[in-house]
Amino acid sequence: MADNKHEQIDTVTGKATTGHVWDGVSELNTPLPRWWLWIFYATIVWSVGYWIVYPSWPLVTSYTEGAFGWKSRVAVTQELDALRTQRAAIVSKLEGATPKEIADSPELLALARAQGRVAFADNCAPCHGAGGGGAKGFPNLNDDDWIWGGTFEDIEQTIRFGVRSVHDESRQGSPMPAFGRDGLLKNEEIEAVADFVRSRAGLQVDAKADLALGARVFADNCAVCHGEDGKGKREVGAANIVDAIWLYSPDRATIIEGIRNGRGASMPNWVGRLDDVTIKALTVYVHSLGGGE
Amino acid sequence: MSLWNKHSILEKNSILLVIGILIVVSIGGLVEIAPLYYLKSTIEAVEGVRPYTPLELIGRNIYVREGCYTCHSQMIRPLRDEVERYGHYSLAAESMYDRPFQWGSKRTGPDLARVGGKYSDEWHREHLIDPRSVVPASIMPGYSWLVRTPVDARNIAVDMKVQAALGVPYSDEMIKNARADLLTQANPDAGDVDALQERYPKALARDFDGDPRAVTEADALIAYLQMLGAQVDFSLYDGKANLR
Repeated sequence: MADNKHEQIDTVTGKATTGHVWDGVSELNTPLPRWWLWIFYATIVWSVGYWIVYPSWPLVTSYTEGAFGWKSRVAVTQELDALRTQRAAIVSKLEGATPKEIADSPELLALARAQGRVAFADNCAPCHGAGGGGAKGFPNLNDDDWIWGGTFEDIEQTIRFGVRSVHDESRQGSPMPAFGRDGLLKNEEIEAVADFVRSRAGLQVDAKADLALGARVFADNCAVCHGEDGKGKREVGAANIVDAIWLYSPDRATIIEGIRNGRGASMPNWVGRLDDVTIKALTVYVHSLGGGE
Repeated sequence: MSLWNKHSILEKNSILLVIGILIVVSIGGLVEIAPLYYLKSTIEAVEGVRPYTPLELIGRNIYVREGCYTCHSQMIRPLRDEVERYGHYSLAAESMYDRPFQWGSKRTGPDLARVGGKYSDEWHREHLIDPRSVVPASIMPGYSWLVRTPVDARNIAVDMKVQAALGVPYSDEMIKNARADLLTQANPDAGDVDALQERYPKALARDFDGDPRAVTEADALIAYLQMLGAQVDFSLYDGKANLR
Protein backbone atom coordinates (compact mmCIF):
# COMPACT_ATOMS: atom_id res chain seq x y z
CA MET A 1 0.00 0.00 0.00
CA ALA A 2 2.97 2.27 -0.41
CA ASP A 3 2.10 5.76 -1.46
CA ASN A 4 3.36 6.31 -5.00
CA LYS A 5 4.92 9.63 -4.22
CA HIS A 6 7.30 7.92 -1.73
CA GLU A 7 8.22 5.14 -4.13
CA GLN A 8 11.88 5.10 -4.99
CA ILE A 9 13.87 2.48 -6.80
CA ASP A 10 16.93 0.99 -5.14
CA THR A 11 19.78 1.26 -7.59
CA VAL A 12 21.55 -1.95 -6.54
CA THR A 13 18.63 -4.42 -6.59
CA GLY A 14 16.31 -2.50 -8.86
CA LYS A 15 13.51 -3.03 -6.32
CA ALA A 16 11.17 -0.39 -4.89
CA THR A 17 11.90 0.88 -1.40
CA THR A 18 9.39 1.78 1.30
CA GLY A 19 10.65 5.33 1.34
CA HIS A 20 11.90 4.96 4.93
CA VAL A 21 15.49 6.08 5.29
CA TRP A 22 17.59 5.73 8.44
CA ASP A 23 21.07 7.18 8.41
CA GLY A 24 21.18 6.86 4.65
CA VAL A 25 20.04 3.22 4.71
CA SER A 26 16.75 2.66 2.91
CA GLU A 27 14.38 -0.29 3.36
CA LEU A 28 13.42 -2.51 0.44
CA ASN A 29 9.69 -2.95 -0.04
CA THR A 30 9.18 -6.70 0.05
CA PRO A 31 5.48 -7.27 0.67
CA LEU A 32 4.10 -10.58 2.01
CA PRO A 33 3.79 -13.19 -0.73
CA ARG A 34 0.38 -12.95 -2.32
CA TRP A 35 -0.45 -16.65 -1.71
CA TRP A 36 0.25 -16.18 2.01
CA LEU A 37 -1.83 -13.05 2.20
CA TRP A 38 -4.81 -14.62 0.46
CA ILE A 39 -4.72 -17.67 2.75
CA PHE A 40 -4.64 -15.28 5.70
CA TYR A 41 -7.75 -13.50 4.39
CA ALA A 42 -9.37 -16.89 3.76
CA THR A 43 -8.88 -17.92 7.40
CA ILE A 44 -10.68 -14.74 8.48
CA VAL A 45 -13.59 -15.65 6.21
CA TRP A 46 -13.45 -19.23 7.55
CA SER A 47 -13.80 -17.96 11.13
CA VAL A 48 -17.14 -16.40 10.22
CA GLY A 49 -18.35 -19.84 9.17
CA TYR A 50 -17.00 -21.20 12.46
CA TRP A 51 -19.02 -18.62 14.43
CA ILE A 52 -22.16 -19.82 12.67
CA VAL A 53 -21.57 -23.54 13.18
CA TYR A 54 -19.96 -23.73 16.63
CA PRO A 55 -20.53 -22.02 20.02
CA SER A 56 -18.53 -18.81 19.91
CA TRP A 57 -19.64 -15.34 20.93
CA PRO A 58 -20.47 -14.51 24.55
CA LEU A 59 -23.73 -12.60 25.03
CA VAL A 60 -25.27 -10.95 28.08
CA THR A 61 -26.74 -14.05 29.75
CA SER A 62 -25.65 -16.83 27.43
CA TYR A 63 -23.59 -17.37 24.31
CA THR A 64 -24.24 -18.12 20.65
CA GLU A 65 -24.76 -21.88 20.56
CA GLY A 66 -24.04 -22.49 16.90
CA ALA A 67 -26.30 -23.78 14.17
CA PHE A 68 -26.13 -27.45 15.20
CA GLY A 69 -26.07 -27.02 18.98
CA TRP A 70 -22.71 -28.82 19.30
CA LYS A 71 -21.56 -29.21 22.91
CA SER A 72 -18.24 -30.75 23.95
CA ARG A 73 -19.71 -32.62 26.92
CA VAL A 74 -22.53 -34.05 24.81
CA ALA A 75 -20.02 -35.04 22.15
CA VAL A 76 -17.78 -36.97 24.52
CA THR A 77 -20.78 -38.64 26.16
CA GLN A 78 -22.04 -39.77 22.77
CA GLU A 79 -18.63 -41.10 21.80
CA LEU A 80 -18.37 -43.04 25.04
CA ASP A 81 -21.88 -44.42 24.53
CA ALA A 82 -20.93 -45.52 21.03
CA LEU A 83 -17.86 -47.23 22.48
CA ARG A 84 -20.02 -49.00 25.05
CA THR A 85 -22.39 -50.19 22.34
CA GLN A 86 -19.46 -51.44 20.30
CA ARG A 87 -18.10 -53.38 23.28
CA ALA A 88 -21.52 -54.55 24.50
CA ALA A 89 -21.31 -57.98 22.88
CA ILE A 90 -18.00 -58.80 24.56
CA VAL A 91 -18.90 -57.15 27.85
CA SER A 92 -22.18 -59.08 28.15
CA LYS A 93 -20.36 -62.36 27.54
CA LEU A 94 -17.86 -61.61 30.30
CA GLU A 95 -20.53 -60.19 32.59
CA GLY A 96 -22.55 -63.38 32.51
CA ALA A 97 -19.68 -65.72 33.35
CA THR A 98 -17.65 -66.32 36.51
CA PRO A 99 -13.86 -65.94 36.26
CA LYS A 100 -13.59 -69.74 36.39
CA GLU A 101 -16.02 -70.16 33.47
CA ILE A 102 -14.12 -67.53 31.52
CA ALA A 103 -10.82 -69.31 32.12
CA ASP A 104 -12.34 -72.64 31.01
CA SER A 105 -13.66 -71.26 27.71
CA PRO A 106 -10.94 -70.54 25.15
CA GLU A 107 -13.12 -67.93 23.47
CA LEU A 108 -13.94 -66.01 26.67
CA LEU A 109 -10.40 -66.40 27.95
CA ALA A 110 -9.03 -64.75 24.82
CA LEU A 111 -11.47 -61.83 25.25
CA ALA A 112 -10.70 -61.41 28.95
CA ARG A 113 -6.96 -61.63 28.42
CA ALA A 114 -7.10 -59.04 25.65
CA GLN A 115 -9.04 -56.62 27.84
CA GLY A 116 -7.01 -57.50 30.91
CA ARG A 117 -3.71 -56.88 29.17
CA VAL A 118 -4.71 -53.34 28.18
CA ALA A 119 -6.06 -52.47 31.63
CA PHE A 120 -2.98 -54.02 33.24
CA ALA A 121 -0.59 -51.92 31.16
CA ASP A 122 -2.12 -48.64 32.27
CA ASN A 123 -3.10 -49.41 35.84
CA CYS A 124 -1.02 -52.27 37.22
CA ALA A 125 2.27 -52.22 35.28
CA PRO A 126 3.75 -49.17 37.06
CA CYS A 127 4.09 -51.28 40.23
CA HIS A 128 3.94 -54.91 39.06
CA GLY A 129 5.95 -54.39 35.86
CA ALA A 130 4.86 -54.56 32.23
CA GLY A 131 4.95 -58.36 32.26
CA GLY A 132 3.79 -58.74 35.85
CA GLY A 133 7.35 -59.45 36.99
CA GLY A 134 7.16 -57.04 39.91
CA ALA A 135 9.96 -55.00 41.45
CA LYS A 136 11.56 -54.69 44.87
CA GLY A 137 8.61 -54.29 47.22
CA PHE A 138 6.04 -54.97 44.52
CA PRO A 139 5.03 -58.63 44.11
CA ASN A 140 5.82 -60.71 41.04
CA LEU A 141 2.51 -61.98 39.63
CA ASN A 142 4.05 -64.65 37.40
CA ASP A 143 5.03 -67.04 40.17
CA ASP A 144 2.86 -69.17 42.45
CA ASP A 145 3.93 -67.40 45.66
CA TRP A 146 0.89 -65.42 46.76
CA ILE A 147 0.76 -63.07 49.70
CA TRP A 148 -3.03 -62.77 49.82
CA GLY A 149 -4.00 -65.85 47.83
CA GLY A 150 -4.04 -66.88 44.17
CA THR A 151 -7.55 -68.21 43.60
CA PHE A 152 -9.94 -66.27 41.39
CA GLU A 153 -11.82 -65.05 44.46
CA ASP A 154 -8.65 -64.00 46.26
CA ILE A 155 -7.25 -62.12 43.26
CA GLU A 156 -10.54 -60.35 42.56
CA GLN A 157 -10.89 -59.35 46.22
CA THR A 158 -7.36 -57.92 46.23
CA ILE A 159 -7.85 -55.97 43.00
CA ARG A 160 -11.29 -54.72 43.98
CA PHE A 161 -10.60 -53.47 47.49
CA GLY A 162 -6.82 -53.24 47.61
CA VAL A 163 -4.42 -53.86 50.44
CA ARG A 164 -4.38 -51.39 53.35
CA SER A 165 -6.16 -49.02 51.01
CA VAL A 166 -8.66 -46.30 51.93
CA HIS A 167 -11.55 -48.67 51.14
CA ASP A 168 -13.54 -50.03 54.11
CA GLU A 169 -13.36 -53.61 52.80
CA SER A 170 -9.66 -53.46 52.05
CA ARG A 171 -7.39 -56.31 53.10
CA GLN A 172 -5.76 -55.13 56.31
CA GLY A 173 -3.75 -58.03 57.69
CA SER A 174 -1.29 -56.86 60.27
CA PRO A 175 1.59 -54.76 58.99
CA MET A 176 4.92 -56.07 60.22
CA PRO A 177 6.00 -54.13 63.33
CA ALA A 178 9.16 -52.04 63.39
CA PHE A 179 10.97 -54.38 65.78
CA GLY A 180 14.11 -52.27 65.93
CA ARG A 181 12.78 -48.74 65.73
CA ASP A 182 10.07 -49.38 68.31
CA GLY A 183 12.53 -51.13 70.64
CA LEU A 184 10.84 -54.56 70.53
CA LEU A 185 14.10 -56.35 69.74
CA LYS A 186 17.73 -55.59 70.38
CA ASN A 187 20.21 -55.24 67.55
CA GLU A 188 21.89 -58.62 68.16
CA GLU A 189 18.47 -60.29 68.25
CA ILE A 190 17.55 -58.72 64.91
CA GLU A 191 20.80 -59.85 63.33
CA ALA A 192 20.42 -63.33 64.75
CA VAL A 193 16.87 -63.77 63.48
CA ALA A 194 17.88 -62.41 60.06
CA ASP A 195 20.62 -65.05 59.90
CA PHE A 196 18.15 -67.69 61.09
CA VAL A 197 15.65 -66.78 58.35
CA ARG A 198 18.41 -66.84 55.73
CA SER A 199 19.56 -70.26 56.93
CA ARG A 200 15.99 -71.60 56.80
CA ALA A 201 15.69 -70.25 53.26
CA GLY A 202 18.80 -72.22 52.30
CA LEU A 203 21.10 -69.22 52.00
CA GLN A 204 24.74 -68.98 53.09
CA VAL A 205 25.08 -67.81 56.69
CA ASP A 206 28.20 -66.62 58.49
CA ALA A 207 29.68 -69.36 60.69
CA LYS A 208 29.60 -67.06 63.71
CA ALA A 209 25.85 -66.45 63.39
CA ASP A 210 23.90 -67.21 66.58
CA LEU A 211 21.23 -69.44 65.02
CA ALA A 212 19.96 -70.70 68.37
CA LEU A 213 19.15 -67.16 69.49
CA GLY A 214 17.64 -66.51 66.06
CA ALA A 215 15.39 -69.55 66.37
CA ARG A 216 14.18 -68.39 69.79
CA VAL A 217 13.49 -64.84 68.55
CA PHE A 218 11.69 -66.23 65.52
CA ALA A 219 9.45 -68.49 67.61
CA ASP A 220 8.58 -65.65 70.01
CA ASN A 221 8.07 -62.81 67.51
CA CYS A 222 7.76 -63.94 63.91
CA ALA A 223 6.02 -67.33 63.98
CA VAL A 224 2.66 -65.84 64.97
CA CYS A 225 2.28 -64.32 61.47
CA HIS A 226 4.85 -66.09 59.30
CA GLY A 227 4.05 -69.50 60.79
CA GLU A 228 6.22 -71.93 62.79
CA ASP A 229 7.65 -73.17 59.50
CA GLY A 230 8.06 -69.65 58.05
CA LYS A 231 5.75 -70.43 55.15
CA GLY A 232 3.57 -67.43 55.82
CA LYS A 233 -0.12 -66.90 56.51
CA ARG A 234 -2.36 -65.45 53.90
CA GLU A 235 -5.08 -64.38 56.37
CA VAL A 236 -2.73 -61.68 57.64
CA GLY A 237 -0.77 -61.17 54.43
CA ALA A 238 2.45 -62.56 55.92
CA ALA A 239 4.81 -63.73 53.20
CA ASN A 240 6.51 -67.09 52.90
CA ILE A 241 10.05 -66.24 54.01
CA VAL A 242 11.73 -69.61 53.58
CA ASP A 243 11.34 -70.04 49.83
CA ALA A 244 13.54 -68.66 47.07
CA ILE A 245 11.10 -65.86 46.16
CA TRP A 246 11.75 -62.57 47.93
CA LEU A 247 9.46 -59.56 47.89
CA TYR A 248 12.28 -57.22 48.84
CA SER A 249 15.67 -58.89 48.62
CA PRO A 250 17.39 -61.92 50.18
CA ASP A 251 20.48 -59.97 51.16
CA ARG A 252 21.14 -59.70 54.88
CA ALA A 253 21.05 -55.90 55.03
CA THR A 254 17.61 -55.71 53.41
CA ILE A 255 16.19 -58.34 55.76
CA ILE A 256 17.61 -56.51 58.78
CA GLU A 257 16.21 -53.23 57.48
CA GLY A 258 12.77 -54.86 57.16
CA ILE A 259 12.85 -56.27 60.68
CA ARG A 260 14.15 -53.00 62.09
CA ASN A 261 11.67 -50.64 60.37
CA GLY A 262 8.79 -52.99 59.65
CA ARG A 263 7.02 -53.74 56.39
CA GLY A 264 3.45 -53.42 55.26
CA ALA A 265 3.04 -52.40 51.68
CA SER A 266 -0.27 -51.21 50.32
CA MET A 267 -2.19 -51.45 47.09
CA PRO A 268 -4.97 -49.08 45.99
CA ASN A 269 -8.56 -50.24 45.67
CA TRP A 270 -9.70 -50.32 42.06
CA VAL A 271 -13.44 -50.44 42.60
CA GLY A 272 -14.72 -47.00 41.64
CA ARG A 273 -11.87 -46.41 39.21
CA LEU A 274 -12.33 -49.53 37.07
CA ASP A 275 -15.71 -51.06 36.20
CA ASP A 276 -16.72 -54.59 37.24
CA VAL A 277 -16.02 -56.22 33.88
CA THR A 278 -12.54 -54.70 33.71
CA ILE A 279 -11.80 -55.97 37.23
CA LYS A 280 -13.05 -59.42 36.20
CA ALA A 281 -10.89 -59.37 33.06
CA LEU A 282 -7.89 -58.33 35.16
CA THR A 283 -8.60 -61.15 37.61
CA VAL A 284 -8.57 -63.70 34.80
CA TYR A 285 -5.50 -62.08 33.23
CA VAL A 286 -3.46 -62.08 36.45
CA HIS A 287 -4.61 -65.63 37.24
CA SER A 288 -3.42 -66.73 33.79
CA LEU A 289 0.04 -65.15 34.14
CA GLY A 290 1.36 -68.40 35.54
CA GLY A 291 0.58 -68.77 39.20
CA GLY A 292 -3.22 -68.95 39.38
CA GLU A 293 -4.59 -71.48 41.85
CA MET B 1 -4.83 5.41 0.37
CA SER B 2 -4.13 8.08 2.92
CA LEU B 3 -5.82 6.11 5.76
CA TRP B 4 -3.24 3.34 5.32
CA ASN B 5 -0.49 5.82 5.94
CA LYS B 6 -1.90 6.98 9.27
CA HIS B 7 -0.14 4.06 10.98
CA SER B 8 3.06 6.05 10.73
CA ILE B 9 1.66 8.35 13.45
CA LEU B 10 1.42 5.34 15.82
CA GLU B 11 4.75 3.95 14.73
CA LYS B 12 6.55 7.21 15.42
CA ASN B 13 4.94 7.88 18.84
CA SER B 14 5.67 5.16 21.38
CA ILE B 15 3.16 6.37 23.99
CA LEU B 16 0.36 6.37 21.42
CA LEU B 17 1.47 2.90 20.31
CA VAL B 18 1.34 1.58 23.91
CA ILE B 19 -2.15 3.07 24.38
CA GLY B 20 -3.25 1.51 21.10
CA ILE B 21 -1.90 -1.90 22.13
CA LEU B 22 -3.66 -1.64 25.50
CA ILE B 23 -6.97 -0.87 23.80
CA VAL B 24 -6.68 -3.82 21.42
CA VAL B 25 -5.60 -6.27 24.15
CA SER B 26 -8.40 -5.07 26.45
CA ILE B 27 -11.00 -5.74 23.80
CA GLY B 28 -9.64 -9.27 23.42
CA GLY B 29 -9.57 -9.70 27.18
CA LEU B 30 -13.08 -8.39 27.68
CA VAL B 31 -14.52 -10.67 25.03
CA GLU B 32 -12.59 -13.79 26.09
CA ILE B 33 -12.20 -13.45 29.87
CA ALA B 34 -15.00 -11.29 31.24
CA PRO B 35 -17.87 -13.60 30.16
CA LEU B 36 -16.35 -16.44 32.23
CA TYR B 37 -17.17 -14.43 35.34
CA TYR B 38 -20.86 -13.96 34.63
CA LEU B 39 -22.00 -16.73 32.25
CA LYS B 40 -23.93 -19.28 34.31
CA SER B 41 -22.77 -22.23 32.23
CA THR B 42 -19.12 -21.54 32.97
CA ILE B 43 -19.57 -21.24 36.74
CA GLU B 44 -20.32 -24.75 37.94
CA ALA B 45 -20.53 -25.42 41.66
CA VAL B 46 -19.39 -28.95 42.50
CA GLU B 47 -19.74 -30.89 45.76
CA GLY B 48 -16.62 -31.95 47.58
CA VAL B 49 -13.96 -29.48 46.49
CA ARG B 50 -12.12 -28.07 49.50
CA PRO B 51 -9.00 -25.94 50.00
CA TYR B 52 -5.69 -27.78 50.33
CA THR B 53 -4.52 -28.88 53.76
CA PRO B 54 -1.28 -27.24 54.93
CA LEU B 55 0.70 -30.39 54.06
CA GLU B 56 -0.91 -30.63 50.61
CA LEU B 57 -0.30 -26.93 50.05
CA ILE B 58 3.41 -27.38 50.78
CA GLY B 59 3.42 -30.42 48.49
CA ARG B 60 1.81 -28.30 45.82
CA ASN B 61 4.46 -25.63 46.29
CA ILE B 62 7.12 -28.33 45.78
CA TYR B 63 5.28 -29.47 42.65
CA VAL B 64 5.51 -25.89 41.36
CA ARG B 65 9.10 -25.45 42.55
CA GLU B 66 10.32 -28.57 40.75
CA GLY B 67 8.44 -27.59 37.60
CA CYS B 68 6.36 -30.76 37.40
CA TYR B 69 3.87 -28.83 35.26
CA THR B 70 6.40 -28.60 32.44
CA CYS B 71 5.98 -32.32 31.75
CA HIS B 72 2.69 -33.23 33.46
CA SER B 73 -0.68 -31.67 32.74
CA GLN B 74 -3.58 -31.61 35.19
CA MET B 75 -6.39 -31.31 32.70
CA ILE B 76 -8.39 -34.22 31.33
CA ARG B 77 -10.11 -32.82 28.28
CA PRO B 78 -13.59 -34.00 27.26
CA LEU B 79 -12.22 -36.31 24.59
CA ARG B 80 -12.90 -40.03 24.36
CA ASP B 81 -9.33 -41.27 24.60
CA GLU B 82 -8.52 -39.05 27.58
CA VAL B 83 -11.64 -40.02 29.51
CA GLU B 84 -10.94 -43.70 28.73
CA ARG B 85 -7.43 -43.50 30.10
CA TYR B 86 -7.52 -40.94 32.88
CA GLY B 87 -11.13 -40.95 34.07
CA HIS B 88 -13.85 -38.29 34.15
CA TYR B 89 -12.95 -35.08 32.34
CA SER B 90 -11.70 -32.32 34.62
CA LEU B 91 -14.18 -29.81 35.98
CA ALA B 92 -13.26 -26.17 36.39
CA ALA B 93 -14.31 -26.36 40.04
CA GLU B 94 -11.67 -29.00 40.73
CA SER B 95 -8.93 -26.42 40.33
CA MET B 96 -10.86 -23.51 41.87
CA TYR B 97 -8.41 -23.22 44.77
CA ASP B 98 -5.30 -23.44 42.60
CA ARG B 99 -3.25 -20.25 42.82
CA PRO B 100 -1.69 -20.56 40.29
CA PHE B 101 -3.42 -23.37 38.39
CA GLN B 102 -1.36 -26.36 37.25
CA TRP B 103 -3.26 -27.35 34.11
CA GLY B 104 -0.03 -27.39 32.13
CA SER B 105 0.15 -27.57 28.38
CA LYS B 106 2.52 -30.43 27.67
CA ARG B 107 2.45 -34.14 28.39
CA THR B 108 5.91 -35.58 28.34
CA GLY B 109 4.63 -37.68 31.23
CA PRO B 110 1.02 -38.68 31.80
CA ASP B 111 -1.74 -36.35 32.96
CA LEU B 112 -1.94 -36.21 36.76
CA ALA B 113 -5.39 -34.69 37.23
CA ARG B 114 -6.71 -37.97 38.71
CA VAL B 115 -3.52 -39.66 39.88
CA GLY B 116 -4.80 -39.51 43.50
CA GLY B 117 -5.32 -43.04 44.80
CA LYS B 118 -4.11 -44.67 41.61
CA TYR B 119 -0.77 -45.82 43.01
CA SER B 120 0.41 -46.68 46.50
CA ASP B 121 2.48 -44.35 48.66
CA GLU B 122 5.39 -46.81 48.46
CA TRP B 123 5.29 -46.60 44.67
CA HIS B 124 5.33 -42.81 44.72
CA ARG B 125 8.29 -42.87 47.09
CA GLU B 126 10.32 -45.31 44.99
CA HIS B 127 9.28 -43.53 41.81
CA LEU B 128 10.36 -40.13 43.10
CA ILE B 129 13.73 -41.46 44.26
CA ASP B 130 14.45 -43.33 41.04
CA PRO B 131 11.66 -43.53 38.43
CA ARG B 132 13.41 -46.30 36.53
CA SER B 133 13.42 -48.61 39.54
CA VAL B 134 9.69 -49.15 38.96
CA VAL B 135 9.10 -47.95 35.39
CA PRO B 136 12.13 -49.05 33.32
CA ALA B 137 11.16 -47.01 30.25
CA SER B 138 10.59 -43.77 32.16
CA ILE B 139 12.57 -40.68 31.21
CA MET B 140 11.56 -38.73 34.32
CA PRO B 141 14.45 -37.39 36.39
CA GLY B 142 14.89 -38.67 39.95
CA TYR B 143 14.01 -36.41 42.88
CA SER B 144 15.84 -38.35 45.56
CA TRP B 145 16.45 -35.35 47.81
CA LEU B 146 12.73 -35.06 48.57
CA VAL B 147 12.84 -38.04 50.95
CA ARG B 148 15.89 -36.60 52.71
CA THR B 149 14.75 -32.99 53.05
CA PRO B 150 12.47 -31.98 55.92
CA VAL B 151 9.63 -29.68 54.84
CA ASP B 152 10.14 -26.00 55.41
CA ALA B 153 6.93 -25.14 57.25
CA ARG B 154 8.03 -21.82 58.71
CA ASN B 155 5.92 -19.81 56.29
CA ILE B 156 2.89 -22.04 56.03
CA ALA B 157 0.57 -19.69 57.95
CA VAL B 158 1.70 -16.71 55.86
CA ASP B 159 1.27 -18.75 52.72
CA MET B 160 -2.30 -19.58 53.73
CA LYS B 161 -3.01 -15.92 54.53
CA VAL B 162 -1.88 -14.93 51.05
CA GLN B 163 -4.05 -17.67 49.54
CA ALA B 164 -6.96 -16.39 51.67
CA ALA B 165 -6.38 -12.85 50.41
CA LEU B 166 -6.58 -14.25 46.87
CA GLY B 167 -9.96 -15.79 47.64
CA VAL B 168 -9.29 -19.28 49.01
CA PRO B 169 -11.63 -19.72 52.00
CA TYR B 170 -9.03 -20.41 54.69
CA SER B 171 -10.60 -19.49 58.03
CA ASP B 172 -8.68 -17.99 60.94
CA GLU B 173 -9.03 -21.34 62.70
CA MET B 174 -7.41 -23.14 59.75
CA ILE B 175 -4.53 -20.68 59.69
CA LYS B 176 -4.09 -20.88 63.47
CA ASN B 177 -3.90 -24.68 63.33
CA ALA B 178 -1.73 -24.83 60.22
CA ARG B 179 1.33 -26.33 61.89
CA ALA B 180 -0.66 -28.77 64.02
CA ASP B 181 -2.65 -29.95 60.98
CA LEU B 182 0.53 -30.37 58.99
CA LEU B 183 2.13 -32.58 61.63
CA THR B 184 -1.08 -34.54 62.22
CA GLN B 185 -1.56 -35.35 58.55
CA ALA B 186 1.94 -36.78 58.21
CA ASN B 187 1.76 -38.61 61.54
CA PRO B 188 -1.83 -39.38 62.60
CA ASP B 189 -0.69 -40.80 65.95
CA ALA B 190 0.71 -37.45 66.97
CA GLY B 191 -2.40 -35.30 66.68
CA ASP B 192 -6.13 -34.95 66.34
CA VAL B 193 -7.11 -36.49 62.99
CA ASP B 194 -10.82 -35.81 63.56
CA ALA B 195 -10.16 -32.09 63.94
CA LEU B 196 -8.05 -32.16 60.77
CA GLN B 197 -10.81 -33.90 58.82
CA GLU B 198 -13.40 -31.54 60.30
CA ARG B 199 -11.50 -28.65 58.76
CA TYR B 200 -10.51 -30.52 55.59
CA PRO B 201 -13.08 -33.24 54.76
CA LYS B 202 -11.67 -36.54 53.46
CA ALA B 203 -8.08 -35.46 54.15
CA LEU B 204 -5.82 -38.54 54.18
CA ALA B 205 -3.66 -38.77 57.29
CA ARG B 206 -0.78 -41.22 57.24
CA ASP B 207 2.98 -41.46 57.00
CA PHE B 208 3.19 -40.92 53.25
CA ASP B 209 6.91 -41.52 52.76
CA GLY B 210 7.24 -44.45 55.18
CA ASP B 211 9.74 -42.59 57.34
CA PRO B 212 8.22 -41.60 60.69
CA ARG B 213 11.30 -39.69 61.87
CA ALA B 214 10.56 -36.48 59.98
CA VAL B 215 7.95 -34.74 57.86
CA THR B 216 9.83 -34.63 54.57
CA GLU B 217 9.19 -32.93 51.27
CA ALA B 218 8.27 -36.38 49.95
CA ASP B 219 5.52 -36.58 52.60
CA ALA B 220 4.12 -33.28 51.38
CA LEU B 221 4.37 -34.03 47.67
CA ILE B 222 2.86 -37.52 47.98
CA ALA B 223 0.05 -36.13 50.18
CA TYR B 224 -0.68 -33.65 47.40
CA LEU B 225 -0.49 -36.26 44.60
CA GLN B 226 -2.74 -38.68 46.51
CA MET B 227 -5.60 -36.17 46.71
CA LEU B 228 -5.42 -34.97 43.10
CA GLY B 229 -8.78 -35.48 41.41
CA ALA B 230 -10.16 -37.51 44.31
CA GLN B 231 -12.31 -34.82 45.91
CA VAL B 232 -15.39 -35.04 43.70
CA ASP B 233 -17.49 -38.20 44.03
CA PHE B 234 -18.43 -38.82 40.41
CA SER B 235 -21.02 -41.43 41.35
CA LEU B 236 -23.02 -38.45 42.67
CA TYR B 237 -22.04 -35.95 40.00
CA ASP B 238 -24.80 -35.19 37.52
CA GLY B 239 -23.05 -34.71 34.20
CA LYS B 240 -26.32 -33.96 32.42
CA ALA B 241 -27.13 -30.96 34.61
CA ASN B 242 -24.67 -28.74 32.83
CA LEU B 243 -24.19 -29.81 29.24
CA ARG B 244 -22.06 -27.45 27.27
